[in-house]
Amino acid sequence: MSVAATYPSVRPGIREAAASQEAAAAVCELAVRDLHKSFDRLRVLKGVSFDVSTGASVALIGANGSGKSTLLRCCLRLLEPDAGSVRLLGQDIAGRPGPAALRRLRAQVGFVFQRHNLVPRLCALTNVLHGVQARHGGPRSWFHPLARKADREEALHCLEMVGLADQAAKRADTLSGGQSQRVAIARTLMQRPRMVFADEPVASLDPSAGEEVMELFVRLMREEGVTLLFSSHHLRHALDYSDRLIALRGGVKLLDAPTAGQSLDALKSVYA
Amino acid sequence: MQSPAPAKPRPLPPRFERPGVVRFLAYLVALAFFILALEGARISLSDLVTGLPYMGDLLGRMVPPDISRIGPISRALLETFQMALVGTALGVVLSLPLAILATRRLSPHPLVYYGARGLISWFRTVPDLIWALFFVVTVGLGPFAGTLALMVDTMGFCGKFFAEAMEETEPGPQEALTALGARRSGVICSAVIPAAMPSFINTALFSLEKATRSSVVLGLVGAGGIGIELKVAMDLFEYPTAATIILCIFALVLAVERVSSSLRQRIL
Repeated sequence: MSVAATYPSVRPGIREAAASQEAAAAVCELAVRDLHKSFDRLRVLKGVSFDVSTGASVALIGANGSGKSTLLRCCLRLLEPDAGSVRLLGQDIAGRPGPAALRRLRAQVGFVFQRHNLVPRLCALTNVLHGVQARHGGPRSWFHPLARKADREEALHCLEMVGLADQAAKRADTLSGGQSQRVAIARTLMQRPRMVFADEPVASLDPSAGEEVMELFVRLMREEGVTLLFSSHHLRHALDYSDRLIALRGGVKLLDAPTAGQSLDALKSVYA
Repeated sequence: MQSPAPAKPRPLPPRFERPGVVRFLAYLVALAFFILALEGARISLSDLVTGLPYMGDLLGRMVPPDISRIGPISRALLETFQMALVGTALGVVLSLPLAILATRRLSPHPLVYYGARGLISWFRTVPDLIWALFFVVTVGLGPFAGTLALMVDTMGFCGKFFAEAMEETEPGPQEALTALGARRSGVICSAVIPAAMPSFINTALFSLEKATRSSVVLGLVGAGGIGIELKVAMDLFEYPTAATIILCIFALVLAVERVSSSLRQRIL
């Protein structure tokens, strides 16, 4: 759905502005316009708009409850937005695409979760192999013993990229927090995404493991040429690993600016 | 300096909550119903005491057990276990798709969910002996009827517990797979079933134990197994033979329970 169509009652001048915005959105991987989301009476997002251009690395910062996780989930329609439009990889995701279209769109976007979200009883290799379901489903993508040789090799290569090839046969619930998040990153690589969302990817890790995993994550995503949108409470990470910053407070966008020129002290005011 | 007045001690909460009128009446009705139930069950200690010598007499007639018919008894016992094993296996396999439909998170539509839940409740609430009667009428006398009865009974038991195990699985891995564009079947087979597997194995082994005990009784209505041998022995007052059958049943049930318990410990 076009931006103009989202606002059918706006005046012609604004329509033109919307049309130019739409043209800008076409070169963007993600264009969010006036996004609203409530849970019962709690308004979590109150008209958030922003763009993420191809190849960018954008950090989303804000206090707990500011709406970061909800925003990321709405962008992939893991949560249903109440109003507004989300244009992801050139397609309107809030315009109720069919299940197959939504799956095809999601397949191009990786999502790294705060709590890793691996299947605990399965081995690391099978968890990574699950990423191939973005391209093809069926029993051969469920467990590595049934998988195609090429897929097993690719899954092992993804584990190699995160330095865990020697842990391939280990059950996910026996891995440390840092190792689990690396496996989750390998699963995202297996997906071969164009864009990756990460919801506080190192929040559950100790500072040392967090630093290591974040550095690895951003490096791999840059090497793969993937557009990145990540949320973080670590302002240092936001400054070091992004080229643009978006700050939320109470569901409203407070800041949307290039990272260059931002200071740690200035960003702390977002949490005030 | 004047010392502060001692603070008034905070009253302790009451040990028991005083029930409201409605709850009090509900307690009274429940108690009255229980007293009526005792009356209906004709509980009589004197009957039990005067009847104990008869039991002693019966046990006396059973000793020593007669093992002259051990061949046919063993074959019937094997048939009983085969019915239990096949009935349980078929029941477990069929209850899995039924349980998926009866899991709120995985069911494609609320109507399908309620339909599947209703079917499982129906399978579970009708006793296996009644199912056996229905299947004897449908497929005739013999172990096939018993196997079908055990299968339906297992579907009722496993369907309920499988669905509950799947409801309780961690939603995170399922969300991760949904986010990467996996199909519903992929999410179920890659994330839900592996997470619920320990519970599935536990429930399936319990159902095998349950089916082994049930399969003994099904013979009484002609649905195969060792039950019919026991009935005939008792009807013909062949108590030593009946004792052998009872001991064989005891050994089978005990063996199944031991093996299942050891498997549970090893797998979980």
